[in-house]
Amino acid sequence: MILLWLIAILFLGGALAWASEGLDARLPRVVALCSLLLSLGLVLWLWISGGAQVGTPGGTWWVLDSWAWIPRFGIALSVGIDGLGLLMLVLTVFLGLMALGAAWNEISQRTGFFYFNLLWTLAGVVGVFTALDLFLFFFFWEVMLIPMYLIIAIWGHENRAYAAMKFFLFTQVSGLLLLLAILCLAYFHFVQFGVFSFDYFALQNVVLEERFQMWVMLGFFIGFATKLPAFPLHSWLPDAHSQAPTAGSVLLAGVLLKTGAYGLIRFTVPLFPEASASFAPVAMSIAAIGILYCAKLAFAQNDIKRLIAYTSVSHMGFVLLGIYAWNLYGLQGAVMTMLAHGLSSAALFMLAGGLQHRLHTRDMDKMSGLWAQLPMLSAMALFFSVAAVGMPGLGNFIGEFLSLLGAFQASRSITAISALGLIFAAVYSLWVIQKVFHGPYKIPEGVGRSAIPEDLSTVELVCYALMALGLVWMGMYPQSFLALSGPGLEGLLQAVGAFSGELGPAAALGGAL
Amino acid sequence: MQQWIGLLPAFPLAGFLLLALSRGRMPRKVAGLIGAGSVGLSFLLAAAICIEFLSAGGASFQKTLWVWMQVGSLEPGFSFYLDGLSVVMILIISGVGFLIHLYSTGFMADDPGLARFFSYMNLFVASMLVLVLADNLVLLYLGWEGVGLCSYLLIGFWYDKPSNGYAARKAFVVTRVGDTSMAIGLFLLFSQLGTLDIQEILTLAPQQWSSGSGIAVAAAALLLGGAVGKSAQLPLQTWLPDAMAGPTPISALIHAATMVTAGVYLIARTHVLFELAPSVQLLVAFIGLATLLMAGFTALTQRDIKRILAYSTISQIGYMFLALGVGAWSAAVFHLMTHAFFKALLFLAAGTVILSLHHEHDIFRMGAMRRRLPVAFLSFLVGSAALTALPFTSGFYSKDEILLAALAQPQYGIWLWSGGVLGAFLTALYSFRLVFVVFFGGDHHAHSPHGDEQAHDAVVENTNPAMFFPLLILGVLSLLGGLIHVPVDAVFAHGAGHEEAHASQLIHTVMILVPVFGVVISWFLYGSKPYEKAGQHSRKRLLESPIGGFLNRFWFGGWGMDTLYNFVFVRPFVALAQVNRRDVIDLLYSWVVLLARLGNSAVVMTQTGNLRWYAISLVGGLVLVISLGVWR
Repeated sequence: MILLWLIAILFLGGALAWASEGLDARLPRVVALCSLLLSLGLVLWLWISGGAQVGTPGGTWWVLDSWAWIPRFGIALSVGIDGLGLLMLVLTVFLGLMALGAAWNEISQRTGFFYFNLLWTLAGVVGVFTALDLFLFFFFWEVMLIPMYLIIAIWGHENRAYAAMKFFLFTQVSGLLLLLAILCLAYFHFVQFGVFSFDYFALQNVVLEERFQMWVMLGFFIGFATKLPAFPLHSWLPDAHSQAPTAGSVLLAGVLLKTGAYGLIRFTVPLFPEASASFAPVAMSIAAIGILYCAKLAFAQNDIKRLIAYTSVSHMGFVLLGIYAWNLYGLQGAVMTMLAHGLSSAALFMLAGGLQHRLHTRDMDKMSGLWAQLPMLSAMALFFSVAAVGMPGLGNFIGEFLSLLGAFQASRSITAISALGLIFAAVYSLWVIQKVFHGPYKIPEGVGRSAIPEDLSTVELVCYALMALGLVWMGMYPQSFLALSGPGLEGLLQAVGAFSGELGPAAALGGAL
Repeated sequence: MQQWIGLLPAFPLAGFLLLALSRGRMPRKVAGLIGAGSVGLSFLLAAAICIEFLSAGGASFQKTLWVWMQVGSLEPGFSFYLDGLSVVMILIISGVGFLIHLYSTGFMADDPGLARFFSYMNLFVASMLVLVLADNLVLLYLGWEGVGLCSYLLIGFWYDKPSNGYAARKAFVVTRVGDTSMAIGLFLLFSQLGTLDIQEILTLAPQQWSSGSGIAVAAAALLLGGAVGKSAQLPLQTWLPDAMAGPTPISALIHAATMVTAGVYLIARTHVLFELAPSVQLLVAFIGLATLLMAGFTALTQRDIKRILAYSTISQIGYMFLALGVGAWSAAVFHLMTHAFFKALLFLAAGTVILSLHHEHDIFRMGAMRRRLPVAFLSFLVGSAALTALPFTSGFYSKDEILLAALAQPQYGIWLWSGGVLGAFLTALYSFRLVFVVFFGGDHHAHSPHGDEQAHDAVVENTNPAMFFPLLILGVLSLLGGLIHVPVDAVFAHGAGHEEAHASQLIHTVMILVPVFGVVISWFLYGSKPYEKAGQHSRKRLLESPIGGFLNRFWFGGWGMDTLYNFVFVRPFVALAQVNRRDVIDLLYSWVVLLARLGNSAVVMTQTGNLRWYAISLVGGLVLVISLGVWR
């Protein structure tokens, strides 16, 4: 019941926020804050109570609830989480609060509708992370898309219409493939068992012919890989990020991308084990290419938000790599990267948004030596860049290290190539620090000589401090998170079985072609 | 006391946090006190731990603070391991580190970024201590990356000058190349042995791998990649000379005494793996030899006082690698220690010179400074004597051990030895060139662009006790440090025991005389009274001869390695990035859009409002449909 409450709070909070705008333009953000705090309370309660009281004893699932919805087609409102799902919920609600912090002073027009969209996006994401009925899952998949589209299209920057449309089309087309694949699966369930079903556990029993399995699996894979995004489906992301308002970027990078990775772990591989196993070399090659290609693209950008966007794609490559290594190290690495990248990229986008707010430009060529003027903001930027470089002691390192460690067991050559991404990450991250914060101080055009940009406000400082603490926690004692996601991942590994052992470079190359 | 081992890095870490969170609002005295005091506390604790360790007979000790992560069979902890090797390292790091922090309170007294400076310094000491105390390779990697980060931050400490930022980035990226190799080495070790605990690896590897097997060679070679990056050995040495852009105390602490020796530590720590891979171990020796000669020749041609010392550091670490390569593990660690003393002394003395001469770095714009800067002069004399390995200085004992061990190498002993002796000759030449040019001869400072008459009169030595005291202590250690016995025998006991090498009297005489000979030559070229005339003349002739001139330029530029790397790696990368800034993949999708647009406009064109056109298309369509039906 508690999961439905969580979703309901966000939906209702959004509606209430919209309605409250009529009373006072500042009311919606307060409503949003209350509903997010309430959600955070629920999620933390779930974490602390450990699921022992609510979960199935001995199983890896903590909370499972199901109500019939459209019984004729075997569609039910069934939701549930395990440790992995819980971690994703914590990340979602926490970053929801951060996005709220980013929007707090930035959004001044049509506030009610903005917070409505913000909360509904979050509700959709929570639904995606909890749904165990594939029809319901797809419903939430669409729910999180449309409000996000509106956020970019209405509150975005100069080229927002193009970016929003691109985002919408990419997600919609890949979503269509996902829907087709889901329907196929339900149909084959009907063929084999005589009834329609969209239930996650029931669909795992469907046995597909090899050639069908590959095609249906590809539907799932493309649907999720677009969201992740994986090379070469990434090209919507830089536009969406650079045009979205800060809060939108925070949600996109921090949360929405993770739904793609979650979908791969939860659905794609467990539903299609054989097809996934033979597809793994391709997926890992895609990951390696994405890591290097997008790191190189990031280095070439002048627009600071575009740059961070490309780094996101590069880092998501490590997630993809870890998932398709399909062993405990790789999966834990993928999960830790999702969490840590959620915080670090959200913080970096907030910092970029903060710079744009102060300097009215995203062009790094117009910035220089800001450390002298904005020491706190610069120190924060340094911290989160260092986190993104994968400095041990911070969360991103744990994720990337485990991903690569797991991937090494599956393919040495692909891992060695992907590890070059560690060098590239240093190149582009330090380049940003140099361009923007070091060097002689230069007053950007468009900022009056008298108007010296102000350093961090209290709201900003609190947000950054919380995210920084989160990264330190993940880096110094990741056990809190690993222990939570471990049983669920082990369950998945047992159900699916390990992919075949070492893949030679020839096999990987052959697979890629 | 050993129970408190966790506090060793915790003190400087706490110092870092305090200083970083003060946001520069802390009074300068307090910042200095926290910065130096935290490292001082660490040193006291390290000393106490050392005494307890030695009195307990040198039994190793392990303490787990907490389990870092637990995934499958990977269970690295925040665990510290204390044995003879790490005892030596923590004493060097906290001891020399404390002296340099103390010196910095004087050196950086007027810098506006004092708190930031000390916060980075403290973070560095904390990371370095973690590096040498780590009982597993993941924790070691944490320290390894941490010191790299601090090195980056401190090289670029004066961030308003873009060239400093460039040097800092170069240092970080070049060492990261090595780090990545090391990370892959870790993956390999884990996939083969199922653990990253260092002691377990050292036990399991000889059981599972035969000597010279492919896996052993690969693992050792990958770790070696990390070591050459951090220790600035060929082919990854290019970052260290540029790293001199940082404040001088940084060069003393990070780029001479501690961090750059991390590679030596890593190889010594995992020496069993290198013994299992004899080809890689031999490679270590030859890398060391090549590096020490290359850097020695380069140091001869440099003009910047800090760059000379930087190349000298590269060269001396080359000696350590040579020692590692011939299995003289304890000699390498011994030289690591004495080098930390005399190189820190030299850098701090150089700092005094630079500060007194208003940031002049060019040695040919100094001269005759022995009366104006007596303390720096004495320090340089002592430090250079030890660096040159003149008899009875600390450097003499350690270099002696290395060369004897090199000679004992069965296959290539005589070559390694001769190369090492040639290196010792070069060392004498370049270090006393520096001493003679800076402290003897005519005073050239007045003619330099920086030094107008007024500034020239202002050349007064800084007599700040905070700066004087470290020089004194390090001077004493440079002279007498050779008498310290490094308690590392137990660590390397299970390796192939290196028998005490007995060399002939001739060999010993050569090794004593060659450095002295070098000093004498140097005196004739740069130091003697007629230096202004004859010395200058012969140098000029040398430089003007085609070969001499070419070698001078070639060596001055660091053997063209920077140019080569720029040409092979940097330029293509940047060019490729610029060419593809707009992302070709995105073009693909743009074509889809274009196609849709074209289709749209094609269809729009049919909507002309022309009735005849509509009628024709109606008929045409009808004909088409009917004919399709008929054909079927």
